[in-house]
Amino acid sequence: MINSTSFLIVLRFILLVLLQVLVFNKLNFFGYINPLIYILFLYWYPIKQNRTTFIILCFFLGLCVDIFSDTLAINAAATVTIAYLRPTIMRFVFGVNYEFQSFKLNNSTKAQQFTFLALLIIIHHLVYFTLEIFSFSNSLLILQKTLIVSISTLILGILFSTLFSSKKE
Amino acid sequence: MQQIINFLIRYKIFLLYLFLLLISCIFTFQSHSYHQSKFLNSSNYISGSIYTFSDNVTSYFGLREENKKLVEENRRLRDKLFNNVVLSPSLIDSTSIEYEVVRGRVINNSYADQRNYITINKGKNDSIVQDMGVITDKGILGIVENTSDKFSTVQSILSDKSNINAKIKNSNHFGSLVWENTTDYNVVQLIDIPRLVPLTIGDTIVTGAMSSIFPENIPIGTIKRFDLDNSKSFYFIDVELFNDMTNIGNIYIIKNLNRKEVLELEAETETND
Repeated sequence: MINSTSFLIVLRFILLVLLQVLVFNKLNFFGYINPLIYILFLYWYPIKQNRTTFIILCFFLGLCVDIFSDTLAINAAATVTIAYLRPTIMRFVFGVNYEFQSFKLNNSTKAQQFTFLALLIIIHHLVYFTLEIFSFSNSLLILQKTLIVSISTLILGILFSTLFSSKKE
Repeated sequence: MQQIINFLIRYKIFLLYLFLLLISCIFTFQSHSYHQSKFLNSSNYISGSIYTFSDNVTSYFGLREENKKLVEENRRLRDKLFNNVVLSPSLIDSTSIEYEVVRGRVINNSYADQRNYITINKGKNDSIVQDMGVITDKGILGIVENTSDKFSTVQSILSDKSNINAKIKNSNHFGSLVWENTTDYNVVQLIDIPRLVPLTIGDTIVTGAMSSIFPENIPIGTIKRFDLDNSKSFYFIDVELFNDMTNIGNIYIIKNLNRKEVLELEAETETND
């Protein structure tokens, strides 16, 4: 059981990195919109797992994407941030419910799943573009890019999560 | 002591987070000042091989177009060959050769970021080193930044770190080519051209002679719009690139055989001052 879970996680890790660098980094929709779809890794990651491994894993996920797309370590910084904040976001979205053993992502409502994903994406993109542009004189550009790219990531993220959602009840 | 350990255990997740964030920030900011960090780039073996594989697949779809481009370039070169007095091979003295050209292919290209890098399939094994110029048949592309055995990354002219010596064709007024409006990937900016220079929209911009990276007179683009900058004594010129930066396949890497000598001489002069 444990093995199959970790196998799934590793497989997801590799596939999401490849999908990000080979497909979505080349999308350049309207010139600059490249959805950062690999964040879905954090959305799908099992809830009852060791937080330390989770954060370290997310760091390497970001770093892998960075190495491929020559973005220094910006993706790593942004991904580590949402990895750290994920429990807080979950408590905010799902209430105390999520601490029960029986809690599963599929059991929550669509609206909750949507909010969870949206919060992950917005925080990630905000950190990402702040570090990428890194100047306060361009704060409007940061907000504009965050907003537009977040929307595109969100749309694709919802599509993917419905496409690959595990086991309908 | 006990309390310190308790503190560490209680906040270990937070400390781990801070530690990892710090590492990534160090990687990010150390390279703002100088060249990109040595190992966090796509010229390494794994990403290079994956990009080569992906390029092998996708390049088939553009073969016809690519051939057209090459034929067109050959035609232009033949034009020059027939109309100019060109040295016949027997007259070329090997000591007078200044530049050597290596051909290569782009295997990964980006143009939507603030600092764009291009990965190419030539590396140390083809004696590519840092700071060699990279051009296409239409114009300049960037400067080699990192190399591995088989691959290199090229800092594109579409980068806010890029700064290349350029001039107006057929004159010697030179300035710096930078990328300030980082959302438009067809337009770069030429700054530091004095206001007394006569300009017309459509003038051609080429590389200048001050650089030890690019040969003189490599085309860059045409003037799209110009205006005086804040100091009112220099022009701020928008240059529309000849290259379509979104569609690049075959490239040429230029080795300047005299570069070492030039740099040594310049360093010597500086130390003498």
